[in-house]
Amino acid sequence: MIPSSFDYLAPATLGEAVNLLHEHAGDAKILAGGQSLIPMLKLRLAEPALLIDINRIPGLGYVDERDGSLRIGALARESDLETASVVRQRYQILNDTTAVIADPLVRNSATVCGNIAHGDPGNDHPATMLALEATFVAVGPRGERRIAARDFFLGLFSTALNEDEILEEIVVPRPTAPAAGAYLKLERKVGDYATAGVAVQLTLDASGGCARAGIGLTNVGAMAIEAVRAQDFLRNKPLDSPTIAQAAEIAAGEADPIEDRRGSADYKRDVVRVLTARAIRIAANRAAGANIATPLPFTYSPSQAALRS
Amino acid sequence: MSKHSVSVTVNGTAHRSEVEARLLLVHYLRDELRLTGTHIGCDTTHCGACTVLLDGKPVKSCTLFAVQADGRSVSTVEGLELGGELHAVQKAFKEEHALQCGFCTPGMMMSAVALLERNPSPSELEIRQAISGNLCRCTGYVNIVKAIQHAAADMRATRHTPAYVPAQEPAQVSR
Amino acid sequence: MTMPHTSPEISGMGHSMKRKEDGRFIRGKGNFVDDVVLPDMLFMDIARSPFPHAKILKIDSSRALATPGVLAVITGRDLEKYNLHMMPTLMSDTQMVLPTDRVVYQSQEVAAVIATSRYAAADGVAAVDVEYDPLPPVVDPYKAIEKGSTLVRPDRKDTNHIWHWEAGDKAATDRVFSEADRTVSQHLYLPRIHVSSIETCGCVASYDKANEKLTVYMTTQAPHAVRTVVALVAGHVGLSEERIRIISPDIGGGFGGKVPVYPGYVIAIAVSFLLGKPVKWIEDRMENLQADSFARDYHIDAELAFKNDGTITGMRIKTLADHGCADAAANPSRFPAGLFSIATGSYDMAAAHIAVDAAYTNKPPGGVAYRCSFRVTEAVHTIERMADIAAHELNMDPAEFRLKNFIRPEQFPYQSATGWSYDSGNYKAALEMAMMKIGYWDLRREQEEKRARGELMGIGISSFTEAVGAGPSHTFDILGLKMFDSCEIRIHPTGKALARFGTKSQGQGHETTYAQIVAQELGIPAAHVQVEEGDTDTAPYGLGTYASRSTPTAGAAGAMAARKIRDKARKIAAYLLEASEDDLEWEPGKFHVRGSPDRAKTIQEIAFAAYTNHPQGMEAGLEATHYYDPPNLTFPFGSYIAVVDIDRGTGEVKVRRFVAVDDCGNVINPMIVDGQIHGGLTQGLAPALMEEIQYDEQGNIQGGSFMDYLLPTAMETPSWELDRTVTPSPHHPLGAKGVAESPTVGAPPAIANAVVDALWHLGVRHIDIPITPFKVWKILREAGVRD
Repeated sequence: MIPSSFDYLAPATLGEAVNLLHEHAGDAKILAGGQSLIPMLKLRLAEPALLIDINRIPGLGYVDERDGSLRIGALARESDLETASVVRQRYQILNDTTAVIADPLVRNSATVCGNIAHGDPGNDHPATMLALEATFVAVGPRGERRIAARDFFLGLFSTALNEDEILEEIVVPRPTAPAAGAYLKLERKVGDYATAGVAVQLTLDASGGCARAGIGLTNVGAMAIEAVRAQDFLRNKPLDSPTIAQAAEIAAGEADPIEDRRGSADYKRDVVRVLTARAIRIAANRAAGANIATPLPFTYSPSQAALRS
Repeated sequence: MSKHSVSVTVNGTAHRSEVEARLLLVHYLRDELRLTGTHIGCDTTHCGACTVLLDGKPVKSCTLFAVQADGRSVSTVEGLELGGELHAVQKAFKEEHALQCGFCTPGMMMSAVALLERNPSPSELEIRQAISGNLCRCTGYVNIVKAIQHAAADMRATRHTPAYVPAQEPAQVSR
Repeated sequence: MTMPHTSPEISGMGHSMKRKEDGRFIRGKGNFVDDVVLPDMLFMDIARSPFPHAKILKIDSSRALATPGVLAVITGRDLEKYNLHMMPTLMSDTQMVLPTDRVVYQSQEVAAVIATSRYAAADGVAAVDVEYDPLPPVVDPYKAIEKGSTLVRPDRKDTNHIWHWEAGDKAATDRVFSEADRTVSQHLYLPRIHVSSIETCGCVASYDKANEKLTVYMTTQAPHAVRTVVALVAGHVGLSEERIRIISPDIGGGFGGKVPVYPGYVIAIAVSFLLGKPVKWIEDRMENLQADSFARDYHIDAELAFKNDGTITGMRIKTLADHGCADAAANPSRFPAGLFSIATGSYDMAAAHIAVDAAYTNKPPGGVAYRCSFRVTEAVHTIERMADIAAHELNMDPAEFRLKNFIRPEQFPYQSATGWSYDSGNYKAALEMAMMKIGYWDLRREQEEKRARGELMGIGISSFTEAVGAGPSHTFDILGLKMFDSCEIRIHPTGKALARFGTKSQGQGHETTYAQIVAQELGIPAAHVQVEEGDTDTAPYGLGTYASRSTPTAGAAGAMAARKIRDKARKIAAYLLEASEDDLEWEPGKFHVRGSPDRAKTIQEIAFAAYTNHPQGMEAGLEATHYYDPPNLTFPFGSYIAVVDIDRGTGEVKVRRFVAVDDCGNVINPMIVDGQIHGGLTQGLAPALMEEIQYDEQGNIQGGSFMDYLLPTAMETPSWELDRTVTPSPHHPLGAKGVAESPTVGAPPAIANAVVDALWHLGVRHIDIPITPFKVWKILREAGVRD
């Protein structure tokens, strides 16, 4: 599998990259982590004339909290999320998400912003960013603009990003405690796209009920779906079993999957229901202070013989 | 077709080459530098047979262009043995029968080396997670896990030289 | 049969000697086919059909030829001039090398591009323009054999029905069924799967015009057979067999997929022959998955007859085999359905009858084994599923049902109702060991408690019998070549040895285990025995490594060749010790005069004398060759028990524990045997839960890359728990049996049985593999189970 020929430029500044992208709009691709782009080039599903490699641009690899928000730079790798202590402390849902993206080797190259900008409904971060009410900062020839996650995903491989814009930064508002989230994904094996994935971010009220809920769904539609009706339903409700079950049913109804090798549309909707209920429980317990590690796939858990020794 | 001058430090030796932009790092290593220990097993970034360390981090060299490695350091299986001494991971793979056909082995060992550099005492689960981007069709992973545990114990007991050598200015120019 | 124990220095049988081959692999110094680089080497890449069935109207090479670096575009019409456009399959069918007018499966080779680099060749492939006229595809084998179906192979037959084959006594079986207290029947589908060795296939073909010699470096499990096939296919253009050298370099996994000759090899050879330059062709993964030989694809209807007390009386099976567009299975020629007739398994029954029909469809050719001995997996899956269904229907524990029906140790050699003569076995011992190790009755109690709480847990058993080591020349051949295997041993003057074999390791560790066999027989330390295979110019003729045949055949040949050497060594020792041969006693490594242990000559001293001081009238040297024709197959067996938990919400199945008790007779290297079992179990888990190649109704392949063809990683693979019993083969010189495929054969039904066991109370009696979360979810929801 060999890509077709292309030209390659590695600008030293973001401005330069934007200019190049503007100049070659429609015929150029941004190369960041490359973990989605390069396989597409190898399969010749994409044959751009120019690759603009932004990896030489300094200062874009950050994951840090500033001005009340978590900021993830254009070159922050998935593995950077795994190691950032601020993420572990306050944005555990991001840990859950990154842990199930592709495999650890891919995560050393792949960028978080690339996962968003690619507009692939199978990617995991979009749902999480919807749940977290993130904002995306795009930079283009006319300067910066901020796009809310819910306005960003437009369809299959289609986003609000213009052809000459680069996703420069993700801004995640710092949750006001008590709050926490969880991301659950059903995958057929490590490295698979989700059969379905569910991101839930909850803020609790004083009585432990739901003050606010963000719910995003992965790979059950042409793009990541914000389960707005389920979110609205949960607001100001106690997080008891019937409520959770009902919210999960509502979220399942908001999914719009198609049948593929992973299963039927009904199956995927039902998986959304199951995962939503479980994610709500984990998020609620975490928000209440429980220390719950990133969920493991069902096929591997400590009850296995492997871990008895 | 655009040609680009790159300088890549591979296993501590700096190389300067003219490469096509589309040349994959794995082909650069295998075909240009004749370091054939890094293998190719799939087209879709799933198998990890091509795993190398880029500035110390394990990555899939079939999903990376040689131009991207310009000015950076690459470590391959051929660089694990230092001064005639096998790396603890290499020794353990033989000791624990962690390889059969040997095709996935270099990539698998590079993932293991990277794991042990950052986590000297990984749990079995952490080991399995760390090698979950490397497919092995022969061993069922049982002995690979054992070998990595074995190497971890060896490395904790003795000082070892890191497999990662930082990028250098090319003193010698190849090709 | 017990073998004399050797010291660790000698490391004969039973020693877990570390592998001799590992030194190069851990250094990245293996020599795999894509590592082979020859001067002036050209590269080949292949344009493939997007249609499963179509007429080729036109192949326009002009854009490809205008691509920088592209030297030639080869089509079927070009090969037709040399009558090289068709080739025989191993089952004496034919298949296209390159098509002249029609393609019969998606991803079929259509044209080959020859270029100065890999990259240029790929550009050339993208620029080959082909006009097709799509034809209706034949996808479903049942519809394929109906009258009036579109013909897949009008060049061969006026029907898509390829052959019909039977084993066993039909009348006797029908009688047993009519007299049975009870019967159960079940349709099973063993889906199309792919071996997916991590190294794909490929070759470097190099024709030296000056010396009129063709050398092909090739990822083949059977280099000698390939040499003969090439000579038979291309003899008419001057490639006679002595001018052909096939070299199997290091092979990155085979599992059966590297037995056949694929079109790419033939094209590369033809091009090298015509151009006089080396040509390298390396498949990519999608080509490997989409066009190389598949395994399984058996549609099975099985019935079991038994008494009310659980005694099995008979078995009846009808099967439809989907062979794709050619019968290119790698079976012995007398066995078009391979060894599928071993389906009576480990159970004593009065009668059995098995009928198999084969169909052409618009899919890739094949029917190779996926790590099993010619369709034994299909057979074992059938009987082990049927045994479980029968046991459950009787409300009898599946373990007790098996214990009741096992062939008893005193019945060996056992003559099966379908004509096999099992060499040895003790099935009860293996199952009881597995039950003890896993705590079977405790697990049954746990299951009961969990079921009461609504949790889903299942326990599955598989007590399989394998038939490996093909095979005896009276029954087994491939393309007429008898399935013996061979060894040639040379002892050097200093007492070191070179041993060459007709097989070819793909990871099984032959360089180590064969050395241990020679060490066992001659007492020369295994470290001093160099093993070579895979070069047809140097190794003795053999049929190769597949179907777990290396130890049963070539391993036996090694022992027999060593014994010939020992016989000569005895004569030399007698001469050196001035004693009668009859007075000499052998212990590993030396002869001594009976009663005088000090009067001894070591094998090293004898070897030196063979070149420096041999008796007058005796030929110098110490060498021997043996071609071993096994009197029978070997029948390894085992009992596996799987414990699974099922997620009620998602349908996911977790293999919580898996205990495997294997019996492969005497063990050469326990470490290597365990490693083979670990790997084999993983290749049993994979098709049980994950792997499948499907086609849609239009004949489009689903699962043609690792995106959807799911190989388990370390995360999906449980930690296997092993144990063994030892029941030597009575006819093998070392008492050994083949082993590497047993786990792949035995594991899938254990897992399937465990899943069905977990769901039986919901009315489930069978689930076809792979048992995906989606399939389980459907069952759960239909049964009203919800998370």
